[in-house]
Amino acid sequence: MGDAAPPPERPLVIAARDGRRRIVAAADRAALALGVRPGLTLTQARVRVPGLRIEAADPAADAEALGRLAAWALRRYSPLVALDPPDGLLIDVTGATHLFGGETPLLEDIRARLAAACIGARIGLADTVGAAHALARFAPGPLTVAAVGGVNSALAPLPIAALRLDPECVDRLRRLGFETIAELEAVPRAPMALRFGAEPGYRLDQAFGRVAEPIEPIGPPGTIHVRQAFAEPISAPETLAHSIGRLVAALCPLLEAQGLGARRLDLLFHRVDSDVQAIRVGMANPVRDVRHLARLLTDGLETVDPGFGVEVMTLAAPIAEPMPYRQRAMLHEDEASGLSALIDTLANRIGADKLYRAASVESDLPERSVKIIAPLDPPTGRDWPKHWPRPSRLLSPPEPVETLALLPDHPPVHFTWRGVRRHVKRADGPERVFGEWWKRDEELVAVRDYFRIEDESGERFWIYRAGDGENAATGSQRWFLHGIFG
Amino acid sequence: MERGAATASLAGLKARIARIGGSGKARGTVLPFGISEIDRRLPGGGVSFGALHEIVGSGLGAMHGAAAALFVAGVLARTKGPVLWCLNTHDLFAPALSSVGLHPDRVIYAEPDDEKTVLFCMEEGLRHAGLAGVVGEVSRLSMTASRRLQLAAEASGVIAFVIRHWRNAAAADAFRQLTAATTRWRITAAPSSPLPVAGIGRPRWLVALIRSRAGECGEWEVEACDAQDRLALPADLADRSAQAEDGRRSAAA
Repeated sequence: MGDAAPPPERPLVIAARDGRRRIVAAADRAALALGVRPGLTLTQARVRVPGLRIEAADPAADAEALGRLAAWALRRYSPLVALDPPDGLLIDVTGATHLFGGETPLLEDIRARLAAACIGARIGLADTVGAAHALARFAPGPLTVAAVGGVNSALAPLPIAALRLDPECVDRLRRLGFETIAELEAVPRAPMALRFGAEPGYRLDQAFGRVAEPIEPIGPPGTIHVRQAFAEPISAPETLAHSIGRLVAALCPLLEAQGLGARRLDLLFHRVDSDVQAIRVGMANPVRDVRHLARLLTDGLETVDPGFGVEVMTLAAPIAEPMPYRQRAMLHEDEASGLSALIDTLANRIGADKLYRAASVESDLPERSVKIIAPLDPPTGRDWPKHWPRPSRLLSPPEPVETLALLPDHPPVHFTWRGVRRHVKRADGPERVFGEWWKRDEELVAVRDYFRIEDESGERFWIYRAGDGENAATGSQRWFLHGIFG
Repeated sequence: MERGAATASLAGLKARIARIGGSGKARGTVLPFGISEIDRRLPGGGVSFGALHEIVGSGLGAMHGAAAALFVAGVLARTKGPVLWCLNTHDLFAPALSSVGLHPDRVIYAEPDDEKTVLFCMEEGLRHAGLAGVVGEVSRLSMTASRRLQLAAEASGVIAFVIRHWRNAAAADAFRQLTAATTRWRITAAPSSPLPVAGIGRPRWLVALIRSRAGECGEWEVEACDAQDRLALPADLADRSAQAEDGRRSAAA
């Protein structure tokens, strides 16, 4: 809204016409708190709240804004985004969640980004469009995820208004005592159809996934894309892979003409039964290499169900970034670009967050001395200090061990770990590690004394005592095994 | 004189066999340990590139593979280029790898959820000639899976290591199966070098080459990799272990 936005503390309503009356179509939080509800006539609202700010409704601008939001969601979250007017978006996140590390992180990300733009959002995720629609609008929390196959239990307690029926029908059902979806689901279908028509039954079937409900995805606005229609529907994996190759070969010259490389590709399969399936792949660096891109897309083919056949395929590059022209090395393959091809292949298979490099952090606490960075980040050039040996396997969390040790500075004489008692033959230590008091109050006085010990058979362990062995405030004085040396 | 000619023709024949059997472009290049006692037992005089090597621990190391990981890191530290390390347990501690000379900037970790995907990541990495090495940590390795890895390594010339460790004793049975790996090593932690004062000296390992295609087996007690990523034969034991080996060999013959 920018500078033209009114101050948030002043109540605001949007006015619309209902026949000859002017009524409140929507009210902001401040107005709602003062008792102005949508549906109230404007005159009544003015009486209740002096100084009420009134703006005329502009459905065309609303629709346009929703379209812009959809385009953003398309670019960022999933290749399949549809409008759900007047105020909703349908996002098919199937096969797109791995780029965010799961379903809930993806939803959290949507909510946080919308909140940053001052848009309050309620989000529902379920197996069917109807259920997701209902959960987003009627579930108690702002963010609800129905488990896979858990649509029934998620929908049961919701009010019947969540079924996308027209308000008159909801009213009549309610007069007969139906409150929740579970109650409506329990009655025999035939008498209900006789009285209320096919609509409630159809909506129930949609919500529970008994009838298909394809969504109509919006097209990629202004992005580089190519499309291929087939005379006969195709479904064999080899044919699909072959078509992918041709689409990519058609797309890359378009990218090259603009000096761009793709960071993300969306491949949409429009099936004959008007269902749409999608593959989305992400690249760590801009790419316009035909073989590399075709390989990434073909890897995703196993997630696609072609059903009775695919009649149209579209390939779009929703995120494309400038890519400098480079002279290709004459004899051997460019190593850096080759590595990024490998990283892309792996990241699209196992998830980008599962692929990382370790970098050193200046911290004495071993578990905090390693941070994770992206695999293709520039080399840090830093290393860990080498004055104390570190174990090659670190147990997380450290496991408590039973010991016998002289206080305060002696290593244990023997210790019992996982039921095996080991005699300590040799030991080095203690290496005292102090808590990082600037992180948490509890660490102000916390101390760990690390010992490197070796048992009779030559196994070397890293154990520590929480506390300095004298002062109870420094820790519990219990012993833990933290790592195993080679 | 006659004997010299026989040796020369034998060497020529060996080279011809290598040309027929060898498919990899990097075949023949090896990475020596720099310890003649070990290197002379290995075909080619070192750990060969473009091949799959299997490393196991014993005792506690069979479960955690702590020494095995350091052994692998020490070998890879002497190569150049990025290393792909695939594992599905989150217990490898990067500072230890750096302490044997494998700089953290060189290692890319892939941490998928299951072992099948670990093997997929390894194979994908092995097709990529730009890597210095690929390491995978799995408990089970079937003949088929190891054959795929071995072939991928041969094609690209990238060195591959599989560190086998398991979480329970039942999975250890799977280890008895044969694999297509070129060598199989067993690394066992041994009591460290004695110091004149109290404390732990330089760690030692019992390194056993328990299977080697077209090569001999052997067992050595060595001092573990140091910051210069070198194994070393302990000075006080060098003679004795050599004798022990000879005894073993004659017993096997």
